Amino acid sequence: MPKIFEANKKAFITGNEAVAWAALAAGAEIMFGYPITPQNEVMHYWTRLAPEYGKGFLQTEDELSAGFTVCGAVQSGKKAFTATAGPGNVLMQEPFGMAEAMRLPLFAVIQQRGGPSSGTVVYSQQEVTLTTFGGNGEGHRIVYSTATHQEIFDYTIKGFNAAWKYRFPTFLLGDGYQAKMREPLEMYNPEERGIEMVKTYPLVGLEGKIGEDREPQHLCNIYSLEEELYEVVMKFAAEHEAISPELVEYEEKECEDAEIIILSHGVVSRAADDAVKILRAQGIKAGYFRPITLRPFPQKQLREAINRRPARKLLIAESAYGQLDRLTKQEIYGETVAIENLFMPGVGIIDYDIINKVKSIL
Amino acid sequence: MGMIAPAIPKSWYLPSKPHKFCPGCGHGIVLKALGETIDELGIQDQVVFGCDIGCSLLSWNFFACDSTQTHHGRTTPVMVGIKRSRPELITIGYMGDGGGYSIGSQHLLNSAVRNEKVTLILVNNTNYGMTGGQMAPTTLPGQKTETSPFGRDVDLTGYPTRGPEFIAELTPDSAYVARATVSKYKQLRRFLRNALRNQMEGNGFSFVEVLSTCPTNWRTNAQQTWHFLEEEMEQYFPIGEIKTPFGKGDK
Repeated sequence: MPKIFEANKKAFITGNEAVAWAALAAGAEIMFGYPITPQNEVMHYWTRLAPEYGKGFLQTEDELSAGFTVCGAVQSGKKAFTATAGPGNVLMQEPFGMAEAMRLPLFAVIQQRGGPSSGTVVYSQQEVTLTTFGGNGEGHRIVYSTATHQEIFDYTIKGFNAAWKYRFPTFLLGDGYQAKMREPLEMYNPEERGIEMVKTYPLVGLEGKIGEDREPQHLCNIYSLEEELYEVVMKFAAEHEAISPELVEYEEKECEDAEIIILSHGVVSRAADDAVKILRAQGIKAGYFRPITLRPFPQKQLREAINRRPARKLLIAESAYGQLDRLTKQEIYGETVAIENLFMPGVGIIDYDIINKVKSIL
Repeated sequence: MGMIAPAIPKSWYLPSKPHKFCPGCGHGIVLKALGETIDELGIQDQVVFGCDIGCSLLSWNFFACDSTQTHHGRTTPVMVGIKRSRPELITIGYMGDGGGYSIGSQHLLNSAVRNEKVTLILVNNTNYGMTGGQMAPTTLPGQKTETSPFGRDVDLTGYPTRGPEFIAELTPDSAYVARATVSKYKQLRRFLRNALRNQMEGNGFSFVEVLSTCPTNWRTNAQQTWHFLEEEMEQYFPIGEIKTPFGKGDK
């Protein structure tokens, strides 16, 4: 694979631009996309980089088509991706479901915007449920929730690898703030960091003469019998559960003696991190826990963090009305820690929102 | 003297035969013509065959060609995704009138406008067969279906979609657009050959609608079935090459 960067490259760019560069560094070969704010600049940067690096791009007629063209491209063995948001993410649940059913290595970047419906074009964390458990299936997906531009770069590379290694559809869950703001990061060629890119391979359009060298491929996502589908879904579930321990990622700070643990994900975790520092300086024993993978969820690690002191309270802070809260409760069912919440659907959360909430409940 | 075995295309996948289409259904004829055309052009190893949901779904393992099955209406974008990624492959999308003209119409229309180098075959039997015979975009005026039990009322539901005609309007001269019928087998073969040649030569979008039969949902006997196909359907849906880069169209 050709080197994209001569040396490690320090940059001060938007998150959408970081996605495009990271996809290039990860060896992505073609992007399919449809305009929707706040992900547009992923396409804008990709279309400017594509000719120079011999990459493909197609602006499709809608998000259904963008998702299904990615499904076709990865079936033919090419590293393909898309990016979307909000109502586009809703439409893409159909192709994402097919990717789940056919175990296609689809990679998509979701830059969350406000909802329901057209909502706002700005920001939210309201696409957690949709991205983790959307579709008429069981959520056999991999979802990384990033908090910084460095993570956007790192996890785009990691996301392509997870998709092609495990063959579950994989998502980078960002948001409008991360998409549009600029911040510094270091870009690199994955190989120079010891990251081996997983080799791609086709499911259709294989080498060799049919009937002599090989059998024809017949891929499907529909079954005649209940029992056939049952076998397939149970196998997916077992595989998804088996790989979960090696996939889960999280960040934990100051939970050893924490009376209250603040649980957040994505960009809100930056406010939580600041809030914990300020609360600690004021003598309040606050801790910080952040799932990086929302699917699979670091439930074992969160249970351990809660039970270390044990914490009396868990404060779930999110820019949604309880999507992380529901996800967490189902994952840590049985824990007796009191769960409080700070739900601010579709608006940003700053350190003082969290600090004030903590003081009101301690 | 023993029975003479029917000639079976080399590109058919024998473990899936006999096929599962209803007796009297036209799909078998279309797929036989397609199989013979794949054999004739020697492209079995380059073809990626994609099928839709609906009766066309039953073709998912019909050919000894790499095949993939998609969602209702979504075969077109999957074929486009494959072709855009691997132009050396020959992509054949296979769908019904509901999948192509209704739920997947935006994909059909836009892939035609973009002159995508794919070949799409749409089987028109004037109804949704697999789901039990509902009204389709192609249901004829006055035709009874499960959702137009008193006959299609054009004041309420409009006139049948003439697909090849509208696709011809959307495409440049390098596209191939035709309507065939299962009642004219040699012509069907020729149209399919041209539609595949057009993709192989890298010219542009290739589309063949094939008029077909559905005695199960039409509730017709053999004679009535053939009458409906040859008289009523052909009257509304004229047969012929509407746009071809290969010289004069065959009307």
